[in-house]
Amino acid sequence: MQEFLQLVVSGLAAGGIFASLALALVLIYNAMGLVNFAQGEMAMFATFIAYALISRGMSFWIAFPVTLVLAFGGGIAIQRIVIRPVERAPVLTLVIITLGLATLVNGVAGFLFGYVPRPFESPFSSDTVGVLGVFISYRDLGVIGVSGVVLLLVYLLLQHTTVGLTMRAAAHHPEASRLLGVHVSWMLALGWGLAAAVGAVSGIMVAPVLLLEPNMMQAIIIYAFAAAVLGGIESPLGAVVGGLIVGVTVNLAGVYVPFVGGDLQLAVGLAIIVAVLIIRPNGLFGRASVRRV
Amino acid sequence: MARNGPRLALVAVVLVTLVACGGSGTPAPQTDVGITSNSILLGNTIAQSGPAAAYGTIANAENAYFTYINNQGGVNGRKIQFKILDDGYNPANTVLLTKQLVEQDQVFAMFSGLGTQAQTSVRDYLNTKKVPQLFVATGATTFDLDYSTNKWTLGWQPPYQGESRIYAKDILANHASAKIGVLYQNDDYGQDYLKGLVDGLGANASMIVDKEPFDLTAASPAAQLAKLKAAGADTLFLFATPKPAVQSLVIITALHWTPAVYLNGVSNPQVYMVAAKKNGAALQNVTSVGYIKDPTDPQWASDSAMQQYRTIIALCSTCKPDDGFNIYGVAVAYTMVDVLKQAGTNMTRANVMNIAANQLNETNPFLLPGVKVKTSSSDHFPIMQEQVITWNGTGWSLQGNLIDSRGTIK
Amino acid sequence: MSSVLRQRIRNAPPRYALVAIVVLLLAGLPTVISSFLTSEWAQALILAIAIMGLNILVGYSGQLSLGHGAFMALGAYISAILAHKYKMDYLVTIPIAGVLTGGIGFLFGIPALRLSALYLALATFALAVVTPSLIKRPKEWTGGPQGLLLVQPDPPQPAKDAFAAITGTAMTTDQWIYYITLFCALLLFWLAWNLLRFRPGRAMRAIRDGEVAAAASGINVAGYKTLAFGISAFYAGIAGSLFGLATGFISPDTFPVSLSIQLLVGVVVGGLASIPGPLLGAIFAYFLPIESNQWVPSQSWIPSQIASTVEKAGPAVSYGVILIVIMIFARNGIVGLVESGYRMLQRRLRGAGDRETGQMPSGPQTV
Repeated sequence: MQEFLQLVVSGLAAGGIFASLALALVLIYNAMGLVNFAQGEMAMFATFIAYALISRGMSFWIAFPVTLVLAFGGGIAIQRIVIRPVERAPVLTLVIITLGLATLVNGVAGFLFGYVPRPFESPFSSDTVGVLGVFISYRDLGVIGVSGVVLLLVYLLLQHTTVGLTMRAAAHHPEASRLLGVHVSWMLALGWGLAAAVGAVSGIMVAPVLLLEPNMMQAIIIYAFAAAVLGGIESPLGAVVGGLIVGVTVNLAGVYVPFVGGDLQLAVGLAIIVAVLIIRPNGLFGRASVRRV
Repeated sequence: MARNGPRLALVAVVLVTLVACGGSGTPAPQTDVGITSNSILLGNTIAQSGPAAAYGTIANAENAYFTYINNQGGVNGRKIQFKILDDGYNPANTVLLTKQLVEQDQVFAMFSGLGTQAQTSVRDYLNTKKVPQLFVATGATTFDLDYSTNKWTLGWQPPYQGESRIYAKDILANHASAKIGVLYQNDDYGQDYLKGLVDGLGANASMIVDKEPFDLTAASPAAQLAKLKAAGADTLFLFATPKPAVQSLVIITALHWTPAVYLNGVSNPQVYMVAAKKNGAALQNVTSVGYIKDPTDPQWASDSAMQQYRTIIALCSTCKPDDGFNIYGVAVAYTMVDVLKQAGTNMTRANVMNIAANQLNETNPFLLPGVKVKTSSSDHFPIMQEQVITWNGTGWSLQGNLIDSRGTIK
Repeated sequence: MSSVLRQRIRNAPPRYALVAIVVLLLAGLPTVISSFLTSEWAQALILAIAIMGLNILVGYSGQLSLGHGAFMALGAYISAILAHKYKMDYLVTIPIAGVLTGGIGFLFGIPALRLSALYLALATFALAVVTPSLIKRPKEWTGGPQGLLLVQPDPPQPAKDAFAAITGTAMTTDQWIYYITLFCALLLFWLAWNLLRFRPGRAMRAIRDGEVAAAASGINVAGYKTLAFGISAFYAGIAGSLFGLATGFISPDTFPVSLSIQLLVGVVVGGLASIPGPLLGAIFAYFLPIESNQWVPSQSWIPSQIASTVEKAGPAVSYGVILIVIMIFARNGIVGLVESGYRMLQRRLRGAGDRETGQMPSGPQTV
């Protein structure tokens, strides 16, 4: 039982990280109906920026917001330069472009920073608190807390501010918004910027656990896909819940499902994606979508 | 299609005869391919991009050593040319690149190719072509053990099974009542280590209370470690490459678990220990083994070989002197040069291979004092001695004497 | 030659002559280049087969797979296991691998029907990432992480004699494998050409450009979409099987996610929904990383600063840039560029009036 609870707790901590990246995916999906395959790599790159700032003597709590601002700007720049020319192109084109972007960012990071894994200090202490023989570190609590705060901020922004309202309008009814004088394309850029910043949070949170290197997010992005699909790809709340469920499921399956074992945990992510898409394509929190003809 | 076959063949033949006039025949076979009066050409494949690119510096360090030797006049008047090709850790690329080095660039020998799968993929080819595949940069036991069936292939570093047999010896001698939990990477590497440990424990293999595999692609081995803890293990073996090893050291601290940790040698360079510490690992009671001098260890600061190493590594602009991979590269290149020197005027592939596999008896200055690089007609494991080391908070301390596992793997 | 045949040759469109020249060049290639370079070209042809398969799926039926490396792995392991465990002749296993992989691809296509293009991309991407760990599991079949070594066939005596008669040197195993690969590639390209210019090809394109409209005009949408998946997997299976043969060794690491990306690069660069595209795309995708790694640094006229940057950045950067640039500026790839260039040239030469050949332009890519 104690082992079970321990697995659940460490699963929740991992899930918090999946959740922030899934949230970033959801933001871009909501802005333009696209899954951004480069989201993980963008997060990794932002984490390298944070690393560079911190190793130049900046304190974590200054470097963190600075990185988020830079990531926000980077997201907007990417949208303006790479995505805007093909904004209305078919999904196929867009997916290939984001995949190209993922490859490119990964290569550039390898070129600039090398492949030797680097330590990345967490702002939270690695001390743990024990409850009923189950240990949870302040770091894990911090990750869960930060993910919660990010979700809350995103929710407030989208639901309770004019910018959020305009963004949602631009995504769902681009033509009508355009008629009302909304800069639809800039709203999409804003979505990309926001997603890049949220993704950067996940990168910075995961780096102390995984060590920072260019391929850091390769497994995480699969779990984030699973989380986003499970939660319903347009639901921010779904992304967070999905992330936590995926984190716990993967952990438990690795230990209690003999076939999975320690070596097929990533396949659990794949299995979740496939199962959800076939059984309940809209996920837990998604609305049934109407196919446009 | 069948209808078209003969016609196609006919035109092909016509075309072929037309173009063949411009083609040239291949040169007559040489006994000493890759050797000229003033040069020796060696080839290498290694990962300098992709997931294992961190290893790529090894080849650059080796090249630095060859440059150093060339600057002093080379080997018996011949300068060593070293052609390094990046295989991105994909064995399919290794096959093509090795073919290129052998058939197109006409190398004398392949030296220090990296990766178990990658080197396995070209072993048959190189043995068929009778091209030496020397001192492969992998500790997979098969490269030494299976010399009898692959006379053109040899490893260098202590085989993984040899290393875990040393741990087994240490455990049986000092902690006979240990309850062992093993975390191992689910690939040839982790399984090789595990086999050595089980074999080394022999009749006491029941000391292993649980063993858990993990995959390199998985995010982190947290779940496996929780399970090992729950299984009641008080001694933890980490058979893992640096990244998951560091993660594991951090995770066990977070789990409030304080087992005695045995960390495999691949993951014990100082940079990774520092990384683990920075990320919150307590690093209590960590044991490993070593056979190379650690450039970050202050006890070698005034060692003449270490000073020589720093001179050598300065010849490589991208190499970091403190990176353990670089001194590995320099040390193995030392053995290569040693073999070439011994071959003297008889620079044939067969002679060089014979010296490497059967006649080595070298004191390598970059290895720990007392470690011999040694082969004989009945023993083809070049390095089989290692020293137990323990982490003292800031560095590794050498413990006791060298442990020799020579002759144990059959 | 009968007069009918001569008549037909004279009336054949110029592109037939082009095809004949390409085929002759490919057939004659091993007689002028070294055995090693031949083995590189064999790899490029293998890639071309897989890319042709992916092209049928993506370019014609509009379904996006980012995990075609997994189907190649399946084909390679089917062949390897049959040859290794059941001592079958490797050449016999090639069609078996193709058919079995095709069957599994067909089954895969059924759930894929329910997925939107985006979800399909996502699921297949996850598959590509997980493939190496999935291969490791059935160890007694796949050899686990150690992989499987495969015996490469010696060329048969007639082929050896013929080759020796032409070039004066004996045929190597690599050269023989090249010809096996070339034979398969020609056969499969010919099959694809026949398939795609007739009813199934038109039906797939109609589905790609609008499923509802296609269904309304009586096309069996589900049938053709799963068929496309099956055929595509069949091609990937054959390619995988040949890949094992040409490499002589397969292991989990030989099918990384970057292989799937390489295939996608090939499809996109060559030109979606075109027959010659996959060949051009494959040559490009195969030789780009090799040349950027070896040719660029060896050129003295390229400033060493730039050369070492290109070398160090590896293929990832150039692949990424190329995918993005082509998708933005030349969505029909090399073939599209050549076609529009040719059309412009024709217009210049003949005036705009009389150039209609009745050939449909390859449609825009929509999903």
